[in-house]
Amino acid sequence: MEFSQIATIAGKEFWDRIRNRWVLAVALVFTVFALSIAYFGSAQQGAVGFRSIEVTIASLVSLVIYLIPLIALVLGFDAIVGERERGSLDLLLSMPITRLELLLGKYLGLAGALTFSTVAGFGLVGVVLSAQLDLGSLFHYFGFMLSSVLLGCAFLSIAVMLSVFAADRTRASGLAIATWFFFVLIFDLLVLGVLVVTAGRWGGEALPYALLFNPADVFRILNIFSMEDVRTLYGLSTVFPPALARPWLLGLVMAAWIAGPLAIATWRFRR
Amino acid sequence: MADISPAQNDPGAPVIVARGVRKHYGPIHAVDGVDLEVRSGELFGLIGHNGAGKSTMFKMMLGLIPLTAGEIRIDGAPVPGSDFRTVRRKVGYLPENVVLYDNLTGTETLDFFARLKGVSTANNAAVLERVGLMHAAKRRVREYSKGMRQRLGFAQALLGKPRILFLDEPTTGLDPEAIRGFYAILRQLKSEGVTMVITSHILAEIQERVDRLAIMAAGKVQATGTVQALREQMDLPLWFDVRVAPEDFEAVRNALGGLPVGAIEARDGHVAVQCARDAKMAVIAALATLNGKVRDLTVREPSLEDVFFGFSD
Repeated sequence: MEFSQIATIAGKEFWDRIRNRWVLAVALVFTVFALSIAYFGSAQQGAVGFRSIEVTIASLVSLVIYLIPLIALVLGFDAIVGERERGSLDLLLSMPITRLELLLGKYLGLAGALTFSTVAGFGLVGVVLSAQLDLGSLFHYFGFMLSSVLLGCAFLSIAVMLSVFAADRTRASGLAIATWFFFVLIFDLLVLGVLVVTAGRWGGEALPYALLFNPADVFRILNIFSMEDVRTLYGLSTVFPPALARPWLLGLVMAAWIAGPLAIATWRFRR
Repeated sequence: MADISPAQNDPGAPVIVARGVRKHYGPIHAVDGVDLEVRSGELFGLIGHNGAGKSTMFKMMLGLIPLTAGEIRIDGAPVPGSDFRTVRRKVGYLPENVVLYDNLTGTETLDFFARLKGVSTANNAAVLERVGLMHAAKRRVREYSKGMRQRLGFAQALLGKPRILFLDEPTTGLDPEAIRGFYAILRQLKSEGVTMVITSHILAEIQERVDRLAIMAAGKVQATGTVQALREQMDLPLWFDVRVAPEDFEAVRNALGGLPVGAIEARDGHVAVQCARDAKMAVIAALATLNGKVRDLTVREPSLEDVFFGFSD
């Protein structure tokens, strides 16, 4: 494997997103939402202004679970199929580059753009709030940012995999939307549905493990379990055994969600 | 398949060798047992109808798609093979309807591909100059005309001074002046010893320019050789254009009486005579008996198009 080839492809993908202001736009969206939530999140209770980092992160988690998977899927769904459909894939593959290098380059470039905008967007809010936060709170906020990056990278990996399997961009976009619906809206309902239908007799013990099959749930557990104040606010996450909720373990699961789809994409792309 | 190239035209050792190459997509045999040799420094044409298997053959030679059976070697190395990077650094490729990145400038496009090829970007300006795009180097590709994109694609193929060039319909979208300039560059490259494989649907354009060509139909190579050798193998009739005064048309007809000629057609100021290749000298001798009535005489060989349809149909 030649890393210079990966870096060339990744560099192009990253700078394309910088130049077309994609990174700026996404960072701004994150900043505006995060600031709004931080300052106006308690408006329903008749108060405005920053209250606590725990409440802010809890609200941001709900936002990020919807937003970042969608942004990542939109970013990566045409990574390969787009090149194929435009007719530029053959030219790229005629270069001294392997398919693995091309795929990794595409992924890393897009992941870099998504990471940059996530860190810039939420980081700016962190800077604004830093005067009102102690070291522990800052640590929590940093953990939230890091897990947001991992969530984005996991869904980007899924998107790149879809872009390898899809026959054209239209199908790829359909698959990406279906994937978002499944993981963000349907998955938890299905798990709860099984529990309710069987009156808890079937699947109860397997539930925590089932949640690991959804990167959005892993992200939620990662953030919620670290904060005592908000743990009880969530349904599914409260039944998660603490033994499984170790950050390093959940981090590994997230890493598997990044590596797994990429490995499948590589296998398919090489065929 | 018949290889009827005259031995004296051999410009060098084979650099591209295909043996028994097959590519099957289920029941469809896109390429069906192709044997081919392209020699060093040769400008080799690959022609055929749409769906004849040219592009599939190109993609297999570049290692873009796997072979169902057979073997392809580029400069002695198998394609695909462990030595593919070395092979690809020797190769330039201009795909049909080249698609480049609209958001990059001409210079950035070449920089990107130069880095992928692992060659210095220092010569990119000279390459742009060579294809006549220096004036548009800083403009984004989205502002380029189709012809300019094609020239930029050609510039990309020339990066790193490749020893072998694959050019798939390279003059698509070029105006006549640009086509002339393009073939002038090919002549220079040929003089530098670059081996080139070219496909084109414009047969008139390549018939005087290729050293040898292969005619593909239904996934097979129907014939390989120089244009002249293929003409002779097809044994297509020649045409004489005999310029005479209108009152002498009948004299021409009478002089050719008894010779194995085909059509004799009186046209605007001349008589067109079709005859078999082996009757050529007899026709010339008969016309010589007309004592100065013949003002001019042109012998027209069958075009590459005639040869192509002869083999491919």
